Order: sequence, then structure tokens, then C-alpha cells
Amino acid sequence: MSEVEDDVSRTVERVARESYGRLVAYLSVHTRDLAGAEDALSEALVKALTTWPRDGMPQNPEAWLLTTARHSLIDFFRHQDVASASESDLLLFGRKTSETPMETDYPDERLKLLFVCAHPSIDPTMHTPLMLQAVLGLDAVRIGGAFLVSPKTMGQRLVRAKTKIRDGGIRFEVPEKSQLPQRLDAVLEAIYATFGIGWDDLVGADQRGRGLAEEAIWLARVLLQLMPNEPEIQGLLALMLHCEARRPARRAPDGRYIPLSEQDPRLWSSSLMEEAEQLLAEASTHKKPGRFQLEAAIQSVHAERRHTGRIEWTVISQFYEQLSRMGPNIGCRTAYAAALGESDQVEHGLEVLNAIDMKEVVSYQPYWAVRAHLLQRIGRTADASKAYDQAIGLSEDPSIRAFLLKKKE
Amino acid sequence: MQFALLIYESQEAFASRKSDDSYTGAWRAYHKAIVEAGIFVGGDPLELPETGTTIRIRDGNRRVQDGPYADAKEQLGGFTILELPSLDEALQWAARCPAASYGAVEVRPLAPKTKQRIVE
Repeated sequence: MSEVEDDVSRTVERVARESYGRLVAYLSVHTRDLAGAEDALSEALVKALTTWPRDGMPQNPEAWLLTTARHSLIDFFRHQDVASASESDLLLFGRKTSETPMETDYPDERLKLLFVCAHPSIDPTMHTPLMLQAVLGLDAVRIGGAFLVSPKTMGQRLVRAKTKIRDGGIRFEVPEKSQLPQRLDAVLEAIYATFGIGWDDLVGADQRGRGLAEEAIWLARVLLQLMPNEPEIQGLLALMLHCEARRPARRAPDGRYIPLSEQDPRLWSSSLMEEAEQLLAEASTHKKPGRFQLEAAIQSVHAERRHTGRIEWTVISQFYEQLSRMGPNIGCRTAYAAALGESDQVEHGLEVLNAIDMKEVVSYQPYWAVRAHLLQRIGRTADASKAYDQAIGLSEDPSIRAFLLKKKE
Repeated sequence: MQFALLIYESQEAFASRKSDDSYTGAWRAYHKAIVEAGIFVGGDPLELPETGTTIRIRDGNRRVQDGPYADAKEQLGGFTILELPSLDEALQWAARCPAASYGAVEVRPLAPKTKQRIVE
């Protein structure tokens, strides 16, 4: 590859990364045709790779991509049956195009796109994959890998979801106030699922979604930029930044897994932690506590150890108790039990675990890891050993498997 | 629906079967977890690839070859058959299989219709 081509492909990559979601959002907001917008944009990106080295880089690469993508969309509509519903789309597009032949400034419609991806009439398991594709431009192979779904199946599911968006009357809009909390929650959930951690204070953490953490943080930053006055967005971003800050401390140089309470705080990124603290402080001024603010507060207690040298487990277990009252889920209850165990209330912790329906947790790794740990602490070695086996058998990560095997001994 | 998890292992993995406690420990735990989940149908580990003997009959000639069918870095080391509602769940369990992190696990659905035609 020549130097020019190399330079061009780097620029294309950068523009694609920074502008992908904005361009897809803008191109699909009127037609509701996500797949069409994505196809048009990827065509434009391919065209850029051949045209730019020859004719030189355009002054505004993003505007160039938008104009080129839009032209291929219009061509596409023209080739379609005019009697179809796309006629009005074409008119809309055509008019807009003539008004602004080469726009350098266009509205940011990503917020609408995020709400569409997490729309209640779309299968919740597809919210995150849709966001990863439509807003970040990841392909089905990468998304399938993160969700342990075959790339072919993931591709088909994405197509089905997009068809539903186009034909199912789902509107590209920011929900009205009465619906906003619920709808925003779905968006936050989907971003958090991208991050894929939420577990890193427990054995069996971060099994999935690694590598997508940065994308999730990026999405949360975009969302916060678009809705600066929602404290739960700040809470979610703070939560993810705290977890991300600890990434360098999570593995020993030989790849061994190190649980949070044994990590070396000097390896934590203090700049990320400070940013998280600042976000959390800003969020608290709204006096609207929520799930993500609470979860971030728990991580913030862990982060305190870098100054105090100790972990306030009692505070953490109180936070978890509050959390499980907000909407009990097995993850939160398991974490609550673990925190109780660390604050010398092992029996209480086991009671919390025993109260969970066995059907819900039979294949839930963290439950067994915590259960094993608590049983071991009170000397019920045989029961602990059984629980360890269950936790080891459900682990995906070899370093966690090794860690648990060692603890079982 | 039944799925076969075909376990592919390297020479080093085969070598660690006898000596390495973590190998056995990981597999024992995995086996218990699939039994506990009520999805285990059957399965077994296989002896080392070099104990295999491969036979072909072509043009009336018998050809017998020592060793496994294909010469590859990773060889079939065993199989597990699981009863699960869909490929999604099968992939979840394949990811937990110890071999997924040191070798490879191929997930293949069994072919009950073909079987029915054969056994009829």
C-alpha cells in the first residue's frame, strides 16, 4: 500500500469511527430504513478509498461521505417501485437534498437512533447488537463473538430487527417526558450490556464482552453529551469508568486472575477514577438516585481503598441491600451475599443465597463462586467443594478456572 | 434438540491428561455442571490420536493407515452430546468447555431425521 493510500485508509477509518452513528442516524431518521442507510454509507466508504487517493482528500470528509451516501440512497429509491411507500421518502429526501447540496453542518440524530435500537417493541436481546451495528458500525462477526451467537444467526437477527423498525411503525423520536424514564432505562441497559462487566468485584467477573468496554464508554459519552441532565447516564458512565480504571490490575503479568480485593491500587488509573468521582458528584446534585448511581457508588467505595488502604464492606452491603430493593435480580442478590460475607455476616450471606430460586441460578457462575467462598469460610468444606466444582464448570475464562481450582484445594 | 460438542485438542493437551491436575479438575467440574443442569446425554474422551487406525477401501483394495484420519495440529479428543433448546444455549455451554480455551470446540447438531431414515 502506498503512503497516500495508507493515509487515506487511516482517515476513512477515523471518520468512520467518529461519524458512523451520526451519518447512519441522519440518513435513516426520515426513511426509518437502517439497513438502507448502512448500505449507502458503506458504499460511500468504499468509494472514498478509491477516490480520495486519486483526487485528493476532500476538505470535509464527513460531508463528502454524507453527500455520496445520500446520492446512492436516492438512486436506490428511484429504482424501487414508485408506488411503494418509499415514494414519500424519496420526496422528502429529494427536497432536503436540493436545499442543502453539500452540508457541513447537519443535526445530530443519534439520540433518536439510540432510542429506536432499544425500542420496547424490539426483542430486548437485540437492543445491544442493534446499537453496536447502527451506532458504532460493528459487523455481525464481531457482535456474534461478543454475544456467543453464530455470525450467520446474528446477521439474520439484525436484519429481522431492522425490517421491524422500517415496517413496524417505530418512530425515530425522543420519547416524551412521561415515557422517558422507562425508555432511557432500556438504552442504559443496552449500553451496560455492551460493557459486559458489572461483576468485577466478584469471582467470575468479566467473562464476556471484553474489548467492547471502550465502545460502551463511547456510547455513554455520546448519550451524556445529548442528554446532559440525566443523572443515571452520569451514574452509568461513572460505573463503567471505575471498572475500566481497574483493568490493568485485574491480571498478574503471568495472566493469573486477581480478585478486586487483592488488586494493587497503584495499578488503577487514577485519572479515570477521578473522572468517575466527578460524574457521580454531579449526578448526586440532581437528587434523583437510581440503579446505576448506586452501582457506581459501590465501585467508588472500592476505589477509596487507594487512599485508605481498606474496603468498607459494611457500606457496600448497605448499598447492595438498597439496590436489591429497587428491583431484585440474581446478580445483585449474589453481590449482596458476597458483601455480607466480607463484612463478617457469612450466615446472613448464605441466607440471602438460599432465598434465591435454584432454577434461576443453576447455570449462573457467580452464584456458585460466592456460595463456595462463603461455605469455605465457615468450614463446610464438602459443600464448598461441590459449589466450587459448579463454579469451575460454568467458567469460561481459564484464569478464573485456575483461580477457583486453587481456592478449592 | 441434541448437539454434539466435538473436542479438538493439541498434542500438549493430550500429554497433560495424565499428569496435570488442573486438566482433570477443570473437566470434572465441567462434567458435573452439565449433569447438574440436566442437559447431559452422553459422551466420552477418546484415546490418543496415534492409537487410531484408519481404513479405506478403494477399487477393491483395502488401505489401512496408522494414526488419525486427518493430519492436523489439533485432533479429535472426545465428544459430548447435550440436549438443549437451541444453538444459542449450545454455544454458551461450548464456551464453558475447558477445551474452548486451550483447543477448539465444534458444535454440531445431531441429525435425527437422517437417523430415522437409517434405522427404519
